[in-house]
Amino acid sequence: MPSTRRTDRTHPEAARAHLVPDSAVPLLIVLLTVAVVLAAAVAIAVGTVPVPLGDVVAVTWAHLTPGETERSLLYDQIVWDFRAPRVLLAGVAGAGLSVAGVCLQALVRNPLADPYLLGISGGASIGAALALSFVPAAIAGLGVSGAAFLGAVVSVALVVGLAQRAGRVAPGRLILAGVAVAYLGSAVTSYIQLQANPGELRGILFWVLGSVAAASWPDLAAPTVALVVCLLWLLVDGRRLNALTMGETSAAGLGIDVNRLRLGLLAVASLLTATIVSVAGGIGFVGLLVPHAVRLLVGPDHRRVIPVSLLLGAVFLILVDLLSRTLDRPNEMPIGIFTAVLGAPFFLWLLRSQSGAVR
Amino acid sequence: MRVEATGVSVTIDGTTILDDVSFTAADGRVTGLIGPNGSGKSTLLRCFYRIIRPQQGTVHIGEHDVWRVPARRAGQLRAVVAQDQELDNEYAVRDIVAMGRIPHQRLLERESTADRAIVDEALARARIEWAEARRFVTLSGGERQRVLLARALAQNAPVLLLDEPTNHLDIGAQLELLELIRELGLTTVAALHDLDHAMSYCDAVVLLHHGRVVAADDPVTVLTPQRLADVFGVRGATTTHPLTGRPHLVFAAPPSERELSR
Repeated sequence: MPSTRRTDRTHPEAARAHLVPDSAVPLLIVLLTVAVVLAAAVAIAVGTVPVPLGDVVAVTWAHLTPGETERSLLYDQIVWDFRAPRVLLAGVAGAGLSVAGVCLQALVRNPLADPYLLGISGGASIGAALALSFVPAAIAGLGVSGAAFLGAVVSVALVVGLAQRAGRVAPGRLILAGVAVAYLGSAVTSYIQLQANPGELRGILFWVLGSVAAASWPDLAAPTVALVVCLLWLLVDGRRLNALTMGETSAAGLGIDVNRLRLGLLAVASLLTATIVSVAGGIGFVGLLVPHAVRLLVGPDHRRVIPVSLLLGAVFLILVDLLSRTLDRPNEMPIGIFTAVLGAPFFLWLLRSQSGAVR
Repeated sequence: MRVEATGVSVTIDGTTILDDVSFTAADGRVTGLIGPNGSGKSTLLRCFYRIIRPQQGTVHIGEHDVWRVPARRAGQLRAVVAQDQELDNEYAVRDIVAMGRIPHQRLLERESTADRAIVDEALARARIEWAEARRFVTLSGGERQRVLLARALAQNAPVLLLDEPTNHLDIGAQLELLELIRELGLTTVAALHDLDHAMSYCDAVVLLHHGRVVAADDPVTVLTPQRLADVFGVRGATTTHPLTGRPHLVFAAPPSERELSR
């Protein structure tokens, strides 16, 4: 047929839709890595008591290398005890939530999927709200983070259990079960809030909207370990994620154990989200927005989407956290408010510029 | 390589979809799975894809039990052109065809020169090489099917499984795709909706009805007027095609009550 003999590499649709050419992706990764380091340094320097960048570097260097060096005790405390764990937690949370979002969007092939799809924030907020209000004594051994983590684990188990059909994970049921558990969680949390006194209420609200303000070094351990483990597995398996986004039958035909891959993705997304939520609360929008933004930038190949999402998520949340504590000094705002306020316009701009490039 | 199902039974949510199904598709031949909607054609293929595991019976490619080899090995034995491709993906044609190399690549292994040559050849054999830089979503239905066929060819598997490959295609694209599949010379098992296509392009057909095999033989032997009436509820006859001279099926609705009373 003549219509199929065209050699139209110059066709208007021939160009790939994403904004960054494939050959420039390694450069983008290098630039983003530099951006993470710079953003972290600036975020540590800026605050109620400004610390010169030189001292930030000096204090960090002193803590990372053995031996005693001469340095200001005040700066040391501000940089190492207060700001560094907070900034690093923002970075790890941004990176982890973005990667979890990539996993879940690939798993359910639904653009609205985000890390909280599995009802994790619902379960975690029940745990946290209980610990922050009238039953702290009952779960005193756990602390707020422990209670939130327990709530997250229970809700994931519930959702994944409900989503099984004849031993297989059914993505459609996963979405519905996740939405149901999330609503249940928010209903119970609302009830607890109504029963709480004003002081407790503020604490719960702050937690629900997400905050890295109270971060300490021990808080960083679980999310960081989860991020490293999950990343190793994902980078090895990026190709299989690509095949899965083509559909279940396509993936199975290509010799992929679809059910095992889905369970693996569920495990990765749950582990990342639960460890982050339990120390930083329900930071919204990052896990939804960053994966989409990254696909618009570098295209759909997960071997690029995963590392770029990781870095962009980290930079984004470090900067958002910086804004949330500098705009209304000395007051702090919950980080979740700013992720949406700053993220939504940026995302809409990306969406517009992409459709302009294609059509 | 031979494709074989032996005593396959599948029950889903209490409904029996396949009931003791056995058939053999000969090496190097095109075998059609035919039958009305709901007769079990797709379910039978899905047993070979490793999506539905039969409660009873086995499915084999050559001497390999599809459910007893590792998933990746199954991807080297048979390639699949399925119905469920996600259409709103942003992949370029070449990226999709390159996915055909997944069952041959080790973890973290990068696309080799040999892989690229195989992808080039697959694109050419499926006559879609001109579109390699295009995005999949911008292609027509027939072009998309040829991309998925190219991906299957890149798998270098001896067996090709297709589920209603001509669905939603215009007549020109349907015939072109079927001609292409015949020319490939692979052991092919295809679920086909159009009985005349089965007659024209298959060396053998397996007729399924209510999850059981009614007949399996060459198409002219299987598709008798009696079976067309019993299984499909239509009147049918075999004539000679005026253009090709090959056997050709024609159909008519069953006689209405008014015609019968006349």
